[in-house]
Amino acid sequence: MVIEWMQFLLGTGLLIFGMIVFVLELLGTFKFKYVLNRMHAAAVGDTFGIGISLLGLMVLSGFRFVTLKMGLVIVFLWLASPVASHLIARLEVTTNEHIDEFCEQKVIGDKEEEGCKS
Amino acid sequence: MSRPVSEEEYKKKLFNRVHQWIRGEADPYMGNIETREQQERVLNKNVLARYKEDQEQVIKEVFDKEHNRFYKFFYRFYKATAVICCVVLVLLLLITVSYLPPVGNPGNPANNEVVEKYIEDAVKDTGAVNIVTGMILDYRAFDTFGESNVLFVATCTVLILMRDDKKKEQKTVPVKKQYEPKSDSILQKITALLFPIIVIFGIYVVLNGHLSPGGGFSGGAIIGAALILYTNAYGFEKTQKFFTEKTYKWVSFCALTFYCLAKSYSFYTGAHHLESGIPLGTAGDIISSGLILPLNICVGLVVACTMYAFYTLFKKGGF
Repeated sequence: MVIEWMQFLLGTGLLIFGMIVFVLELLGTFKFKYVLNRMHAAAVGDTFGIGISLLGLMVLSGFRFVTLKMGLVIVFLWLASPVASHLIARLEVTTNEHIDEFCEQKVIGDKEEEGCKS
Repeated sequence: MSRPVSEEEYKKKLFNRVHQWIRGEADPYMGNIETREQQERVLNKNVLARYKEDQEQVIKEVFDKEHNRFYKFFYRFYKATAVICCVVLVLLLLITVSYLPPVGNPGNPANNEVVEKYIEDAVKDTGAVNIVTGMILDYRAFDTFGESNVLFVATCTVLILMRDDKKKEQKTVPVKKQYEPKSDSILQKITALLFPIIVIFGIYVVLNGHLSPGGGFSGGAIIGAALILYTNAYGFEKTQKFFTEKTYKWVSFCALTFYCLAKSYSFYTGAHHLESGIPLGTAGDIISSGLILPLNICVGLVVACTMYAFYTLFKKGGF
């Protein structure tokens, strides 16, 4: 009985925390003006928010096969979503001519420059 | 009765010519019909000026609202008729909607014996635990066959429209490189990790079509998405090693032909009340429910190939 209550409280707490993270993500996405800033806010929800929410669902569902599937979904999203964000950011950096105006300082190392131009 | 034929004689034979025509090597009209290259149309300045003058004249005279009474009348008539037509159509549709049965009423015409028959007998008839798959691949299999064919025809049409034929002439210029996705080491590492997993998941969805939600269409879409991801990470040179236009054509052709033949057989035997001889197996096993599993695989292959073909055709106009 106590364990069930603990499970319920922990699961719902994690879910609500995930929802709060999503609200923050939405606020950030609409508040910021520049692409890279907005994307930073969006990436928070894509990785942290969805991870916490799925963790809450895993706790709620208990020790079953569905739990394992949800864990695999978390692993997949954490692998795929940051890479997508990275590609969008790269596109912005390579195509925007006036990036100096938006970013405080452009890194001019050998590797970074190559990465930008290739 | 078979005797060796010399090579020159073989080249003249009908079979060889048909075979060449199918492979696209020989054009039957080449050399037999008088052809001339299309010449670019050249207009001189006077003609162009006259065209423009004519157009302005036409616009001035015909669309002159103040002097042309017929046009004035037509303009008003057109607007009034359009408004009346819209109002009548809206009223008709609203009246029809008001006669529709309420949502959730047990006496609705949708809740008839067809649904009951499907729910009660589907597992027994088709052997598929997933009733939806049993419906689309057994009761209404020809419908699904038409959908697969629509995908194939759509790809053929896109192939005709978007194909880049000039590629062969410009081999020295690295134009191809323009179409290549930019190689990104992060994307490549992640793709190396995720590509096999996604493909395995797609295969799982296809093979489990008769047991769990999923089936040919969704599984094929997953495999196609995995192929597109692989192309984005590693470029077209890597995918061309295992997926070319020829692969696409043969895979689609074989899958559709097998689908057509298998389903024709089962419908033929069914219509004549014969035993089809295909065991249904125990419902719930992987190898069960007769033809549904191979048909799912066929649909999955067609869908996966079509997804990837669309991507490459829109990206660079070829495979």
